[in-house]
Amino acid sequence: MTQSFPVTITVNEKEYKREVEPRLLLSDFLRHELGLTGTHVGCEHGVCGACTILFDGESARSCLMFAVQANGHNMTTVEGLAKDKDNLHPLQQSFWEAHGLQCGYCTPGILMTLVPFLKQNPNPTEDEIRHALSGNLCRCTGYQHIVDAVKLAAEKMR
Amino acid sequence: MKPAPFEYHAPDSLEQALELMHQHVGEAKILAGGQSLVPAMNFRVVQPSVLIDLNRVAELSYIREEGDVIRVGSMARERHLEFDSSVAKHIPLLTEAMPFIAHPQIRNRGTIGGSLVNADPAAELPVLMLALGARLKAQNVSGERWIDAQDFFAGMFTTALEPDEILVEIELPFMPPRTGWSFMEVAPRAGDYALAGVAVLATLDENKKCKQAKLVYLNAGDGPIEAKEAEKLLEGETLNDKLIDSAAALASEKEITPFGSIHASSEFQRHLANVLTKKALKTAFQRAEDNLQ
Repeated sequence: MTQSFPVTITVNEKEYKREVEPRLLLSDFLRHELGLTGTHVGCEHGVCGACTILFDGESARSCLMFAVQANGHNMTTVEGLAKDKDNLHPLQQSFWEAHGLQCGYCTPGILMTLVPFLKQNPNPTEDEIRHALSGNLCRCTGYQHIVDAVKLAAEKMR
Repeated sequence: MKPAPFEYHAPDSLEQALELMHQHVGEAKILAGGQSLVPAMNFRVVQPSVLIDLNRVAELSYIREEGDVIRVGSMARERHLEFDSSVAKHIPLLTEAMPFIAHPQIRNRGTIGGSLVNADPAAELPVLMLALGARLKAQNVSGERWIDAQDFFAGMFTTALEPDEILVEIELPFMPPRTGWSFMEVAPRAGDYALAGVAVLATLDENKKCKQAKLVYLNAGDGPIEAKEAEKLLEGETLNDKLIDSAAALASEKEITPFGSIHASSEFQRHLANVLTKKALKTAFQRAEDNLQ
C-alpha cells in the first residue's frame, strides 16, 4: 500500500491542498497536479536547470525535491512573474526585446535563476552573468542574446 | 514517477530521526539536500526502501563561532557557508572554494553533511575538511562520537559512519595565524565535476619558513587525497620556485592516483594537478607573507 501525505503548498501566492505520494517530484506536482506547465522538465537529474523555481525565494531545482517536502513552503514559478500578458516582468520583457530565446524550452528555468541573481547583484558584469547562467543549459541561442537580455533587464530594473 | 516507491519519514527533531534510523537500520537512507541522492533515485540507481528527511530538523542547521572553532550543523546549506561572515574571516579557504561547488541553485539546497556523507572523490567539501583538519560528530540512539576528517573517508562513496549513525556536526578549526590558502580546480564547464583540483594551506613561521603545509586533491583517487610526502618536502624550508616545482612533481606523479575518464586521461589529470599545485602554492605563500605584515 502506497503512503500518501496531505500537503498545503503556496505557489504564486495561491494556496493549494493536495494528497501526494512521497516519491512525486515537485516538478511533476507543479505540472501534473496544479497544471502549472510553465516549469519545464528537461534532464530530471539536476543538470539542465529547466525546472528551476523559487523555493522560499531562492532558486532551486524542482526535479530534485519531492512535493511532500514542499509542505508549508512558498514557491514561485514562471507563471508568477508577470501580472498579466500585457505587463511582463522586466526580465521577461528584456528577453523578448533582446531575442533572449529561440525554442523557449530553457527560458522559464533561466528566468527563475536570474530573478534572485539580479536582486542580489543589480549591476552584474558579463562574467558574472555568464557564471550565473552556468547552471542552465540552452541548446539554441549560444547564450549571447541571453547575456544581452540580462544586461538590458539589469538596466531596466535599476 | 521517476523514483521507486519508498516509505517516507520527516521527523522534526534529531531525537526522532535517530530513533527512526535505529528502527530501520540498514534499509533507511537520510535525505539531506537531495542534490546527489535524488538524481540517483530518479535514475533508480539508488532505491532506498525508507527515506528519512532531515529538512524539518531545524536544530541541525546552524553555523556558529565558539572559541577558536566554527561549528556547522550537518544540515547547514552550502549557500549559507559560502556567505557566512565568520567563515570568511577565520576560514577563508572555505569561502574561496564554495563557489566551485556546482551552481547557486544546487548550493541553495545542498548541505555540508550531505556532501560529506556522500563522499564523492570528485567533491570539494571532503577535500576541504581534510585540508582544514575538521572533526565530524556522529550520533546514534546510544550516544555520539567524534571522527577526524582523515578517518572519516573510507573510500569511494564510503565513510566511517555506522548504518544507524547520523552526521550531526562539523567542527572547523580557525586557520592558524600566518597561513596562506588557495583552492583551484579545472572543470570543463563552470559548476561541472572538476577534472583535477587542489586545496592548499601554508603556514609560515616568524622567519618566513614553511611551518606546515597542506595539499589535498579531488578526483585523484578513491577519496580526498592528501600529498603527505610533498607536504614534508615543503615543511621547514624557505620557499622558492624550485622547491615548489619539486613538491608539485612529487604530489602529482607519486602521491595521487587519478583514474582517468572519457573527459581526461589519468596522465592529463596528473598534469593538471601539477600545474594547479604550483599556482596554488604560490598564491598561498603570497597570502601567508601578506599576513605577516
